[in-house]
Amino acid sequence: MTVLGGIGQPIKRKEDARFIRGKGNYVDDVQLPGMLYLDIVRSPYAHALIKYIDIEKALKVPGVLAVIRGKDLEAAKLAWMPTLMSDKQMVLPIERVMFQGQEVAAVVADSRYAAADGVAAVQVEYEAMEPVVNPMKALEKDAPVIRWDKENKTNHIWHWEVGDRKATDAALKASDVTVTQDLYIPRIHVSSIETCGCVAAFDAMGKLTVWMTTQAPHAIRTVFALVAGLPEQKIRIISPDIGGGFGGKVPVYPGYVIAVVAALKTGHPVKWVEDRTENLQSDSFARDYHITAEIGATKGGKLTALKVKTIADHGYTDAAANPSKFPAGLFHIVTGSYPFEKAFVEVDGVYTNKPPGGIAYRCSFRVTEAAYTIERLIDILAGKLGMDPAEFRMKNFIPQQAFPYKSALGWEYDSGNYGPALRKAMDIIGYESLRKEQVEKRKRGELMGIGISSFTEIVGAGPSHTFDILGLKMFDSCEVRIHPTGKAIARFGTKSQGQGHETTYAQILAEELGIPAEDIAVEEGDTDTAPYGLGTYASRSTPTAGAAAAMAARKIREKAKLIAAHLLEVSPGDLEWKDHKFSVKGLPSKGKTMQEIAFAAYTNHPQGMEAGLEASDYYDPPNLTFPFGSYICVVDIDKETGEVKVRRFVAVDDCGTIINPMIVEGQIHGGLTMGFAAAMLEEIQYDENGNIQGGTFMDYLLPTAVETPKWETAKTTTPSPHHPIGAKGVGESATVGAPAAIVNAVVDALSHLGVTHIDIPITPWKVWSLLQEKGAA
Amino acid sequence: MIPPRFEYFAPSTLDEAVEILGRYGGEAKVLAGGQSLLPVMKLRLAEPKALVDINRIPDLAYIREDGGWLRIGATTRMNDVNDSNLAKRRYPILTDAASVIADPLVRNMGTVGGNISHGDPANDLPACMLALGAQFAVRGPKGTRTIPAASFYLDTFTTALEPDEILTEIQIPKPRTGQGNAYEKLEKRAGDFPIVGVAINLFESGRKIESAGIGLTAVGPTALHAKAAADSLVGQAPGDAAFRRAAELAMQIAQPVSDLRGPAEYKRAMIGVLAQRALRTASKRAGGGA
Amino acid sequence: MDEAEAMPAEAEVGPFARVRVTVNGAPHEAEVETRTLLVHFIRDVLHLTGTHIGCDTTNCGACTVLLDGKAVKSCTILAVQAEGRQVRTVEGLAEDGKLHPVQEGFVEEHGLQCGFCTPGMMMTTVALLAKNPNPSEDEIRHAIAGNLCRCTGYVNIVKAVQYAAQKSRGGGSK
Repeated sequence: MTVLGGIGQPIKRKEDARFIRGKGNYVDDVQLPGMLYLDIVRSPYAHALIKYIDIEKALKVPGVLAVIRGKDLEAAKLAWMPTLMSDKQMVLPIERVMFQGQEVAAVVADSRYAAADGVAAVQVEYEAMEPVVNPMKALEKDAPVIRWDKENKTNHIWHWEVGDRKATDAALKASDVTVTQDLYIPRIHVSSIETCGCVAAFDAMGKLTVWMTTQAPHAIRTVFALVAGLPEQKIRIISPDIGGGFGGKVPVYPGYVIAVVAALKTGHPVKWVEDRTENLQSDSFARDYHITAEIGATKGGKLTALKVKTIADHGYTDAAANPSKFPAGLFHIVTGSYPFEKAFVEVDGVYTNKPPGGIAYRCSFRVTEAAYTIERLIDILAGKLGMDPAEFRMKNFIPQQAFPYKSALGWEYDSGNYGPALRKAMDIIGYESLRKEQVEKRKRGELMGIGISSFTEIVGAGPSHTFDILGLKMFDSCEVRIHPTGKAIARFGTKSQGQGHETTYAQILAEELGIPAEDIAVEEGDTDTAPYGLGTYASRSTPTAGAAAAMAARKIREKAKLIAAHLLEVSPGDLEWKDHKFSVKGLPSKGKTMQEIAFAAYTNHPQGMEAGLEASDYYDPPNLTFPFGSYICVVDIDKETGEVKVRRFVAVDDCGTIINPMIVEGQIHGGLTMGFAAAMLEEIQYDENGNIQGGTFMDYLLPTAVETPKWETAKTTTPSPHHPIGAKGVGESATVGAPAAIVNAVVDALSHLGVTHIDIPITPWKVWSLLQEKGAA
Repeated sequence: MIPPRFEYFAPSTLDEAVEILGRYGGEAKVLAGGQSLLPVMKLRLAEPKALVDINRIPDLAYIREDGGWLRIGATTRMNDVNDSNLAKRRYPILTDAASVIADPLVRNMGTVGGNISHGDPANDLPACMLALGAQFAVRGPKGTRTIPAASFYLDTFTTALEPDEILTEIQIPKPRTGQGNAYEKLEKRAGDFPIVGVAINLFESGRKIESAGIGLTAVGPTALHAKAAADSLVGQAPGDAAFRRAAELAMQIAQPVSDLRGPAEYKRAMIGVLAQRALRTASKRAGGGA
Repeated sequence: MDEAEAMPAEAEVGPFARVRVTVNGAPHEAEVETRTLLVHFIRDVLHLTGTHIGCDTTNCGACTVLLDGKAVKSCTILAVQAEGRQVRTVEGLAEDGKLHPVQEGFVEEHGLQCGFCTPGMMMTTVALLAKNPNPSEDEIRHAIAGNLCRCTGYVNIVKAVQYAAQKSRGGGSK
């Protein structure tokens, strides 16, 4: 018997069939006849004038066909391009370079080897300029102005604030207890295992096709049309299989644009695939937030107010990937799971001589920064009040009956039930007995800590009244066509990068249409065939395109009902949708399956009705969704070396209705691991000259299976009231929630020594230094 | 990342290999496992004119005891050491180290000879060689000579090897009753280069330490031979007091630099911690007759 | 854009070498530059694109293949080093259309997400199980330490390996 594979079923993934056979089709797998290769010359300086680019030697390298410089792009007005935040960014520079690793020139050759030789042969004469590396220094009066091209001679990009400053200040002043803490959330890199790249090709009719590592193919097509002036019907963006995105494949990088220019100029398809060093040095970074947060409470432990000030280091241009109205993303979810009456957030964006970015790191627009800030501050405040951090959270959570809850910073949380999630995590990990163990261990001088993070996320951007990117509203779409034999194809405006859309979307449709998931083909990523959508990032696929799937299916059901009535010779009003088919009310044996209806839609449809059975939906979500969870981490610390070992980590997540529990659990495992990575290992550092420290995987250390904790997961289920199937989005929850749990555990282990904070990543030497300082080693 | 062009030779004898190296006068490199060499070539930090692949030379991969020595052929892979019962049983320091060098896949290619002769102070085996009092057989145009480990490491990426010489065999004195050794490595993440590492070789007799060797990883321009620290142990009863004293002396010769793997003061302190741990393990193994 | 006028006739190219290598049981022979990396030989010359490139510095393991049965990183091996040897890639795992137990394990236990590290991860697993048919969780985690996965958090990869181990030992599908 065929299994329906509807909502809630842990069915195996459809896409795996090709991946496990090595038959995935990633950008670098695309091979076209006559294809050329592009490689990029990059700046060794963080800030310099370009005096001269000598390409003669490069042009003599066997296989090299052309070298492209900024001045070659200038004529076509392509030397600069707009960023997603309406700043501008160099494709190739004419006179200055602004960060180490910036694109300076590009070599086109008949093989990747020759292109690399050509890059090595290009000689560039620079005149080094003083770099501005530290954003605080960038704001000083006498700091060199980085953006010479802008009218405003300052490194300050923008100021953004939300909330009531005065009332917040007053509330903090009136609070019995307050704490203030500086937190630095360092620059990190998503480092999907597949780097970025593209293949650009023009056909004889002048149509451009770009196979591209992009999470948002439709928006890219429109951007290409607007920036390059190409007619949009002559642009086809294909996002093939993507080897991990995590936000890093949202922006348009110069390499893509240069490849298109190279294809146009040479008349050949051109492939550009960056190597890992280029990826780490030049692609968009995440985070780099310098935060100062102040939080207050009454003596009795009731939270009063929260104030957050942040300096955001954006590199040399604001190329963050945010909804247009939100230059600091959704950072103002920083009130988290707590009902602050007063709150205020301000963020100042700053230019420095570093690569641009400000993308997510598997996170919905600065939500990790927010969750980390509040969950750290809650712990510090609980410590000051002498309260157990679990008890303190329980006491302060937004109560279940308060939902939908309007936060002090303007969000309307759709649903939540925070207490039970934390209680569940405490029960699984054995919280009370761990606390007893800790007391015993401290007596023996051993260090162990227990850390909690009860985060609230905000995902699924977003409602068209507030959310757009470059003016494009952040809806998403689904188009479903049911074939005569009852099989279906569905296409979406999103693009999976490993999330399993081909399976999950089919399950939503299976549930709504009564067609087995395995009979439903799901396609995404080809702008010639898929309906327009804003793409996959910020955990928005299920909240937007997943909703569109349900809505499109329901439109189909409306028509199907008429056909069923016709076939059964009853009035549509006599029919009900039950057990995945239409049957006559009170007479369940008399009914029609969707397969029977589909056949009739092409062979025997009612006179006067259009043939066929298809529908599309462009879903404009009425609100965002607010997944949440409670994580508890236990760490043991080696006093001699400062090494931290995560002994256990329990994650209780609530992402509303679960479509495929196997996939959801996998997403949580992965998110936890990236949260762990940020907490313990990853940071991109620069020296005072703006030189990146460690631009390879030899130095930028991703977690291996050895130190990655053995994650334990559980769930509670609080459906979203506004989403058609009650789902919320889950791909990033764990990345958002995990770092605070880990840091809270480490700080908890050292709290009796007077330690209240350690910045991430928590290296053994940071812990060791604290132990030395506190005389506890 | 693409390496620059080079001539490739896969000689079938050592003499032929030596002849090619000589012909290129320092502009050729020996390709053994390639796990360090090829990445630096891909990064274009090294651009040799020629590579001399010694993997086709027969009888260069072995681990055997012969005469007074454990002999390890230069192209013996790290994982051959890890799989060797002889190494595990009688030279546990070698498997301590070889099992934490990079990752299992790199260890399938990476060679003992390469790790030892690359001259990278962050490689793990050089410190072990210093602690063990090993020597290296080296083939050059004039035949074979042996170089003690203690005089092999001259500077970062500079060894006593002439450009036309090839390290062919590692020779480690056979263990005696009462010998024990260990290697301790502290790393930021599995498979990473060490923050620091300490190699210890002890010989105990009648509850006294009769001789000792100590090597340090990643705290100087080369692996360091902590001679004073080792000498301080001689004649002492194995135990915390002697070990602490030796660890302090080892810390004194460390010349760590601050980098992504920690500040200098941390690294120096960790030499002390790891030295004591390795001494305890080595001493325990000495008691066990290893 | 400045273009090269024409390839200079006396252009120095190469050096080249002839490479004969058996890949997934089939002999192949090609004249390649001596510097050709094995991974490019496999991908660009033989068009077996299941073997991926992730880091270029022998850290990530996306390019893992079996060389004479041992798991190695093909981005850090020259094609000429494989001369006369046996290479096995992900395309050589399924036989007669029947999935290898390791492939089956990765599907059954949701051991992959984006699929990019998966071929390398599976090749490492094949080599591990050939040597150690019944690995503990700890042994599995250490064995795959040279293969980085950014999606799964490794929990399900460990289960996939255990599934494959049991299946290979004749334990059926758990």
